[in-house]
Amino acid sequence: MSTVPSKAKAVVIGAGIVGNSIAYHLARLGWRDLVQIDKGPLPNPGGSTGHASNFIFPVDHSKEMTAITADSVRQYKELGTFTECGGIEVARTPERMQELTRRISSGKSWGVTNSRLVTPAEIKELVPYIDETVIVGGFYTPGVGVVDSLRAGTLMREKAVEMGALLTFANIEVLGMDVENGRIKRVRTDHGDIEAEYVVIATGCWSPRLAKMAGASIPLTPAVHQMKDIGPVPFFANSRGDIEWPIIRDMDTNMYERQHGTGLEVGSYAHRPILYTPEDIPSNATAALSPTEFPFTQADFDIQDEHSLELMPEIIGDENVREKYAINGILSLTPDGMPILGETSEVKGLWAASAVWVKEGPGTGKSVAEWMVLGESEIDLHSSDIARFHEHQKTSFHIKARTAEGFNKTYGIVHPSEQYESNRNVRLSPFYDREKSLDAVFFETAGWERPFWYESNASLLVKFGEAVMPRTSEWESRWWSPIINAEHLQMRETAGIVDLSAFALFDITGPSALAVVQKVAVRQMDVAVGRVVYTPVLSLNGGFRSDLTIMRLGKDYFRVVTGGAHGMADKKWFADQLPIDGSAQIVDLTSAFTTIGVWGPNARNILASITDDDVSHEAFKFSTCKVIEIGTLRVLASRISYVGDLGWEFYIPIEQGAKLWDALWEAGKKHELIPVGIGVYGTTGRLEKSYRAYGAELETEYNVVEAGMQTPKLKEQDFIGKEAHVRHRAQKPVTTLCSLTVDDHTSSSGEKRYMLGREPILTLEGAPVIDSHGRGSYVTSAGSAPSLGKHLLMSYIPTDFAVVGAKFLVEYLGEQYPVTVAGVGSTPLFDPENGRILS
Amino acid sequence: MILVLIDHDLGEIDPLSLRALTAARKLSEEVEAVVIGEAGRSVADIVGNYGAKVLHVATHAELTDYTPAASGRALVQLIEKLAPQALLAVGSPRGNEQLAHVATMMDLPMASECSEITFGKPHSVVRARWAANLFEDALVHSDLLIATVLAFSVEPELAPGETKAKVEVFMVELSSADLRVKVLSRGGDTGRGGVTLADAKVIVSGGRGVGGPEGFAALEELADLLEGTVGCSRVVTSAGWRPHAEQVGQTGTKVAPDLYIAAGISGAMQHIAGCKNSKNIVVINTDPEAPIMAYADYAIIGDLHQVIPALTAAIKEMKGK
Amino acid sequence: MNVLVCLKRVPLAGSTFLLTPDSTEIDTKHLGFGISPHEENAVEAGVQLIEQMGGALTLLTLGPTEAEEQLRSQLAIGASRAILVETEGEDWDPQATAAALVEAIKAEETQFDLLLFGAESADSAGYQIHIRIAHALGLPIVTNVKSMKIANGIAECERVAGTSREIYQTPLPAVITVRDGLNIPRYPSVPGRIQARKKPIDHKKPTPRVPKLEKVSLSIAPSNTAGAQILGKGAEAVPALVEVLKAIGILA
Repeated sequence: MSTVPSKAKAVVIGAGIVGNSIAYHLARLGWRDLVQIDKGPLPNPGGSTGHASNFIFPVDHSKEMTAITADSVRQYKELGTFTECGGIEVARTPERMQELTRRISSGKSWGVTNSRLVTPAEIKELVPYIDETVIVGGFYTPGVGVVDSLRAGTLMREKAVEMGALLTFANIEVLGMDVENGRIKRVRTDHGDIEAEYVVIATGCWSPRLAKMAGASIPLTPAVHQMKDIGPVPFFANSRGDIEWPIIRDMDTNMYERQHGTGLEVGSYAHRPILYTPEDIPSNATAALSPTEFPFTQADFDIQDEHSLELMPEIIGDENVREKYAINGILSLTPDGMPILGETSEVKGLWAASAVWVKEGPGTGKSVAEWMVLGESEIDLHSSDIARFHEHQKTSFHIKARTAEGFNKTYGIVHPSEQYESNRNVRLSPFYDREKSLDAVFFETAGWERPFWYESNASLLVKFGEAVMPRTSEWESRWWSPIINAEHLQMRETAGIVDLSAFALFDITGPSALAVVQKVAVRQMDVAVGRVVYTPVLSLNGGFRSDLTIMRLGKDYFRVVTGGAHGMADKKWFADQLPIDGSAQIVDLTSAFTTIGVWGPNARNILASITDDDVSHEAFKFSTCKVIEIGTLRVLASRISYVGDLGWEFYIPIEQGAKLWDALWEAGKKHELIPVGIGVYGTTGRLEKSYRAYGAELETEYNVVEAGMQTPKLKEQDFIGKEAHVRHRAQKPVTTLCSLTVDDHTSSSGEKRYMLGREPILTLEGAPVIDSHGRGSYVTSAGSAPSLGKHLLMSYIPTDFAVVGAKFLVEYLGEQYPVTVAGVGSTPLFDPENGRILS
Repeated sequence: MILVLIDHDLGEIDPLSLRALTAARKLSEEVEAVVIGEAGRSVADIVGNYGAKVLHVATHAELTDYTPAASGRALVQLIEKLAPQALLAVGSPRGNEQLAHVATMMDLPMASECSEITFGKPHSVVRARWAANLFEDALVHSDLLIATVLAFSVEPELAPGETKAKVEVFMVELSSADLRVKVLSRGGDTGRGGVTLADAKVIVSGGRGVGGPEGFAALEELADLLEGTVGCSRVVTSAGWRPHAEQVGQTGTKVAPDLYIAAGISGAMQHIAGCKNSKNIVVINTDPEAPIMAYADYAIIGDLHQVIPALTAAIKEMKGK
Repeated sequence: MNVLVCLKRVPLAGSTFLLTPDSTEIDTKHLGFGISPHEENAVEAGVQLIEQMGGALTLLTLGPTEAEEQLRSQLAIGASRAILVETEGEDWDPQATAAALVEAIKAEETQFDLLLFGAESADSAGYQIHIRIAHALGLPIVTNVKSMKIANGIAECERVAGTSREIYQTPLPAVITVRDGLNIPRYPSVPGRIQARKKPIDHKKPTPRVPKLEKVSLSIAPSNTAGAQILGKGAEAVPALVEVLKAIGILA
């Protein structure tokens, strides 16, 4: 038995598709002294890779997923481990057909353009053993294929070995990990200890167990995916190779059927969620089949048997086609359905690459390796960033609740605004009861319950009539209310109060605090105390890492305010920049302070009526903040706006929040103050003002100039991404963020339809609009602009075509609608001079 | 006194029975043996050497071949006459079966495949389960202990000094019901060249790693050279590469040769159950972590397709063939 | 022809066992369940018989409620109906098991022509249930059968003994226990699964009995704790192996 080396640059734990791919790409990018270990034997150590169904459908509604999958397909093809066979997602219902048109659009948005809708008759041509009478149509993607993930992994490992970069050890168990000064120090195994600068956990469903050894958290759960291999199928008797016929996804029954040699593999995501803990996974020795192939539980598959029989009676109904193999295969599920990648927040140098499926394996390996070696990956991985999790999201209660709810939506029709029902009411603002009594409809962000609109404002619908732009179609009315638009219009007339408790807040203090914020922010941070600076935060390549607001509260004292959803990742980004000498600290105040916003023409009158401090335009300038007294409360007020009206954000210790709310509410009564939900704050108000949102318009794929956010003057001091930013400023942007209006909403059936975002922008001939860097144009955000009486879309448009009045098409649910560029760059369509904010 | 059933096939002793005799001798000074059928008289000398003071020959005109229900009846009658403390037999298919008939007829418990026996009230035994992958501590609530002895838990030992068994013929009374099932005839040969798996001193056994039926030629050649026979794992018979008669394991044949060569066998529990009592186990496997390694005495890490021919060649050279 | 097959739900083990903390049971949390291997041959034989000769195949088991899973799987292969004599999941000793099964068989209106068993259960391997049942029902019994022909109310059975085969004949009704190798058991088809869901399973409560063979605890058999002596890698290790074969007396 070999012993492991005592030192390594990086230790990759896990020899499934992810670990193999990371080891290879680390070697390719120049790292040496890599050690890979696995508890099981090679080439199949017994994890989920070993029993995966191994097929790849390229289209996903998620841009990030589609990009990673596309890169994985490219790599599988290069390794000669990809067999193209085509695939069809079939629909049994009209609702599903509509969903398939959405998938066509997502494909176009993300550059997968050869998919098409097919009729039952065409499907029968492609897949003769299907009963076409039970389906209404399908979505055919010729590029669907099957991979040999074990072979691909072996090849990648061998390449890394050939480069002299990698030693791989099978049958080695990790016993512990040592952390020193917050950094990973060594991996302890049953065959010796390895000191390492970096450790990557790529152990699938075992990952939480390994992370725990270092005091870190990888919030996923092992869960069952059932599959059954039946055969021999007479129809496949003469088949050569693994697969010749297209894979079928029977979307409405949450099942798939694929040829597997002379057999047919039937898989399901329809059964009850069967969740385990990583401690439940047996060793290779005590497992009946392999550690991640649990005994098949037929009772959970009874209905699926009938569903597959309906679709493929000729094969499934054949008495002589028998079960050859059936398992409850274990895969990893996360609470939000996305992978878990990146350096853990708890331990520097400890990286996670977990909850990755075979279809994403090589692309993930490449991206994570780039992230480790180069500091960032070519593909934006923010939706998969391990730093995204808030504390409550790491609990097994949350993981179990959300994965159980999400499991049956694997093939589901999921509305873009769809809310989780489980594990709600985790984080409540001090005004929650008041909001509830106003019949708030709550949406969740990072555990916070946030009013999206208030049913108590329903009476405003009468007042504003057609101006609220009512919708008739069920799909666009779902998770939406015209009250949002009514609140918007009323706020613009009088004033609105907004619960912003979900903001993530953290203070940076100490002698080096200025240096830290300077390093992160694009904008000048060496400003007067009391200034509020809204700034992009860039990645090394000059793309967007975030956008946020920083208040200078003292010489060595800054407060960062950012959105709740992305708050934890931002916090890690700042924390990573702290000097090691301890001369700056970061303190998370999210749960210490609550935030209330009041905006609208009457905002100043309301505030002035309850404070003796001077809040006039001259005394309290825009983009400044100061502490004012409201009764007995000392409140940090900040005069900024994300909705386009005069007003303030108020920061107050959380236990005094209700008192501040009551004071503003009482004072507001004389000024027609209404409660306003996040529907206005996050969508309608911001769209009218062309304000960008991280994760929608702002991603690492786009730079500050393209987003139209460059300052006239470049900051003298250095900051992350500056070199690239300087380069971007010197060039003409290849694409420019624009606001577009929909010229005609009328569909072929005569109903007015309203895009929800992520739809492809096409030329008038229906061709994709692609910039010179190969990026396609798609709708980054969409929503009502009630003050303009328009439905607005934002999209990057190649700069040469980004002119006001330029005409394009947007594809939505299988139909194309004419749109016109109404604004180029960040100049807002509503109140372009910002007269309201600056009043 | 402990009465031990000695099994024989048409007068030829089942050597495993001597293990039961040895086990009995360790429990008591007073050990007597019984054979079913006149033909069994021939074992008198040998059971004497192994310490039986008396050999009871259960005799009846119809007891000419193996007839388990009649055996049971004969034993019950002998027990009634001798009132022994225990009735033992070896835990072979025949031993287990005949004693089960006795236990049933007397409505008493029977403990099969015991590796340890301690007399008492109740008696305590350790008995094998899961083909001796697990052991059970159990209590037997009966005066007369009826038990079979786990064959490989005891090595046969000659009794010290000069011992001889006195032969006593015992006439049995049988009803027609006891004789409903008996051997009608005997069929042909089952093993290769007359060497059965159960008797072979050397077994060269192949598993999934052999790769296919044609791969067994090399194993056969080696087995012939070592005057042994070929065995295989359940995967191999399920795939139809070899006949079921060659399967070693819980549901095949349990073996205990002097040398067991496991080539390309990973070692499922069911296979190990059948071979782990071999005196020497040599494993040839590419995977140093295969479960069978835990049972191996010697191992070569490597491909059997290279190791076996090389071994055959080396032995041929040695033997000057 | 009416055939009865007796089954036992047993865990499907990997290469080693885990025991419960009190060492009285196998820890089955990682394990699936099936029936004892020889019993798969018994069911297959029963299915073939009723396919050829008509009649019904009844399954009988003593076990926990969950044993319904094993009965459904075997119903899916072609059995007609099943009887589950329900325990609380604890082991029953052989006498009690046999008595409970006899009670269930006697309560049946059907007269079974053939009662099939596996030669041994994978877990407890007591080698006696079938014999106790045969006596209780007054039926002849043939055990360890590897080949079987049934015609004109007579079963001709073959079992292996030493180097030869023994042929037995017994009139029906009879009890026969069969071994792996008798046939190749089939697996269920999906239509079989669907039909099996509609087939009847009678649930019965057995009369409890005091165990005469009383389980106290379990322990795991030790493996070769010394570990294997590695002779080397590949063909290069052959000379070392030859030396070993000389040392242990296989080669002169």
